[in-house]
Amino acid sequence: MIFDVAVLGGGPAGMAAATEAAHGGARVVLLEESPAPGGQVYRAPPAGFEMKPDRDRQEGDALRAALAASGADIRTGCRVWGLGGGPLMPEGEAAAPFSLSALGADGVPFTIEARALILCCGTHERIIPFPGWTLPGVIGLAAATILLKAQGILPGQRVVVAGAGPLLYAVAAKILAGGGSVVAVIDAATPAEWLRALPALSARPDLLAQGAVWRAGLLAARVPVLAGAQVTAAEGDKVLSAVRVGERVFQADALCIGHGLVPATEASRTYRAQHAHRPEDGGWVPVLDAAQRTSVAFLYAAGDGAGVRGAAAAPAAGRLAARTALHDLGFRLHHASKEDAALARARRTGAAMARMMALRPAMVAAIPAETIICRCEGVPRSEIEKAAAAGANTINQLKHFTRCGMGPCQGRMCGEAAGALLATARGVDVAEVGFATGRIPLRPVPMASILGDFDYADIPVPAPAPI
Amino acid sequence: MKTRFDAAVIGAGVMGCATALFLARGGMRVALLDRGEICREASGVNAGTLTMQMTRAALIPYALRAHEMWMNMPAWCAGGDVLAKTCPGLSVAFTDAEAVMLEERARIRREAGAPIELIDGRAAQAIEPGLADGVKLAGHCPIDGFASAYLTGRAFRVALQEAGVTLMESTPVRGIDGRFVLDTSAGAVAAQRVVLAGGVWLQDMAAWLGLSLPIKVLINQLVVTERMPPVMRTVLGVASGLLSLKQYANGTVLIGGGWQGIGDRARGGVAVRSENFLGNVRLAAHTVPALRHARVVRSWLGLEAETADALPAIGPIPGIDNAWIIGSVHSGYTSGPYMGRILAQAILGEAPELPLFPIDRLLHQRSNSA
Repeated sequence: MIFDVAVLGGGPAGMAAATEAAHGGARVVLLEESPAPGGQVYRAPPAGFEMKPDRDRQEGDALRAALAASGADIRTGCRVWGLGGGPLMPEGEAAAPFSLSALGADGVPFTIEARALILCCGTHERIIPFPGWTLPGVIGLAAATILLKAQGILPGQRVVVAGAGPLLYAVAAKILAGGGSVVAVIDAATPAEWLRALPALSARPDLLAQGAVWRAGLLAARVPVLAGAQVTAAEGDKVLSAVRVGERVFQADALCIGHGLVPATEASRTYRAQHAHRPEDGGWVPVLDAAQRTSVAFLYAAGDGAGVRGAAAAPAAGRLAARTALHDLGFRLHHASKEDAALARARRTGAAMARMMALRPAMVAAIPAETIICRCEGVPRSEIEKAAAAGANTINQLKHFTRCGMGPCQGRMCGEAAGALLATARGVDVAEVGFATGRIPLRPVPMASILGDFDYADIPVPAPAPI
Repeated sequence: MKTRFDAAVIGAGVMGCATALFLARGGMRVALLDRGEICREASGVNAGTLTMQMTRAALIPYALRAHEMWMNMPAWCAGGDVLAKTCPGLSVAFTDAEAVMLEERARIRREAGAPIELIDGRAAQAIEPGLADGVKLAGHCPIDGFASAYLTGRAFRVALQEAGVTLMESTPVRGIDGRFVLDTSAGAVAAQRVVLAGGVWLQDMAAWLGLSLPIKVLINQLVVTERMPPVMRTVLGVASGLLSLKQYANGTVLIGGGWQGIGDRARGGVAVRSENFLGNVRLAAHTVPALRHARVVRSWLGLEAETADALPAIGPIPGIDNAWIIGSVHSGYTSGPYMGRILAQAILGEAPELPLFPIDRLLHQRSNSA
């Protein structure tokens, strides 16, 4: 069977897109890596695990319930690794249905085909490297929210929370609420930056109030908050024991740090969609029209993966993508698109937060020469600059010169910082160094799980070259 | 017009780089142009296999000399290195039919000068403990090896600069006029001689000079694993040549062999063909069972050029003085630097150490000369 619509990623955008498409009468499949739909902000608890639902959980539950009732085929716990079809066809052949290969939750491989594909792949966390960032005990802010939200696990007993954006205060508050101690909050944003964001934030008084509660909690717990500051080193012998901020040293067993979110574009890059570099959207994003279409026919993108606007703005974008896809597939839509005022407010707030979480060039400039940028391959900043001097002009060339981005994460962690360093070293705009060519697998894939049972005689070995 | 170069080499892959380097060392002022970056097409993305057992028999004498060049690259390439390493090579047969093919192919290659001996499965496993059971016959060549092809551009760049070659990357050439003035994105570039070294794009380049030279495009797929503990220590293939396997010092295993993906001259490598991806990794895991424990991290594609008779196009362009061509060398990475060296010898007016591969045989018909 060929689905009408496949949705890759079951966060708020993906849940809403799949629900909307199913309501429109399409045969829909949703593929999600986690055990349950929800995404990072609206994450569901593991089966059988009880936690007091917070506001995010309630929002997520509503989207999950609508999705479950929509009739969409929901495949969770599956790892999509292969992409094909669509525009990826031999010369002269027409575009084909999109084809997605995945490992199911049971480890069994399967492939689905769909006439339209909506990418709702979310983001990767940005961590601008600093000395010691690879020490055990240093984790991402978003990673900390997964621990805290999913199962109420504290990242450590004495925690420094650092970075940029609203997650900072959310994580600090959740650690306090969970009984942990927050040693310090190190906010890269200055009070002036928060003031500038205020008008946009005031569009969402609920969030402002939430932020005020978080801050009050920190004040009551006498947690030092350093504004306009950044971690200069994570220190420790084998594991983290202290966090240095200039002259100040905080003893800690965990550092939760994040400098924003980077749209996950592996799939849109693999499908050769056009991308643009927009720092205020989080970096490289697929170029979309006003109705969420990418430059590739029947390929759409929505949610933070198409430009960071936050979870609250994502469902409407997902629904719009679904309606556009259905329209393009020839479905007759019975209800009109409604872009309501709440969505506009959510987008405005999301954009303000995205600006605060955008890459800070000064932070990249401050990375010491010997600090590792690519942790998979152990490539320090100095090697990237050496390669630039030796003639590496683009990210793809930098890979060849240094192996930066050639490890298991395929540049998800290092690509952005490496690009910024390369661009600076060359004295060009970061857009000019480009992005790594998208190739499958989207995630490392175990050979054992894709090989299946086969007889040697059945391997379709092509005819040999002439001798 | 600023400078008139003695030679303009179009295409900065391994053939173009080597030709340009040796021309410059021979005293010429050389411009080396590429529409993209140095060695970022086939020369930088191939499997780096340096083996006699996938080389066409007619090219073995060239490949043997090139093998030596790769192994001593820093010595002639101003320190530039692709980490080439000699190791035993095995080409294995799992079936009787493959054994027959292997026997015949090994004999022909041996006659051409490749030191290939035939051994049984047990002897092959002694050389390669990672090899699966069930091998009926194996070709063993003690002087095969492999390199890290992605380092090729970095390696040549140093030497080209030291030799005074003007390297013009990201400078597409749009055409050549009758006086060898190149129309490029960076303006006109004039030269006394031109060398076409454009890989699969040789067909388009030849058309600039009014030649009809059909070049077939192979879209070779490659797959690489995560770093893993040592599982093999040879460069390994199968009798048909449709597998190449090696494990690098960093632990990654590269799986190739020329399974075809999707792509073309205009778009480059578009996508991996999933059934060929599966066939290729199954063949690999059948040959080295420990690969079942690997995780695949990336696949990619490289475009290989092939002439009508699958033999190289290297030599003067008939009817046009001072125009030369180099490319379409089967397993071209293996023989590449030596091919560049002998073409440079010919252009410099010396007798090439080994014969070139003139293209008269390949030209369809001459259209009106440019």
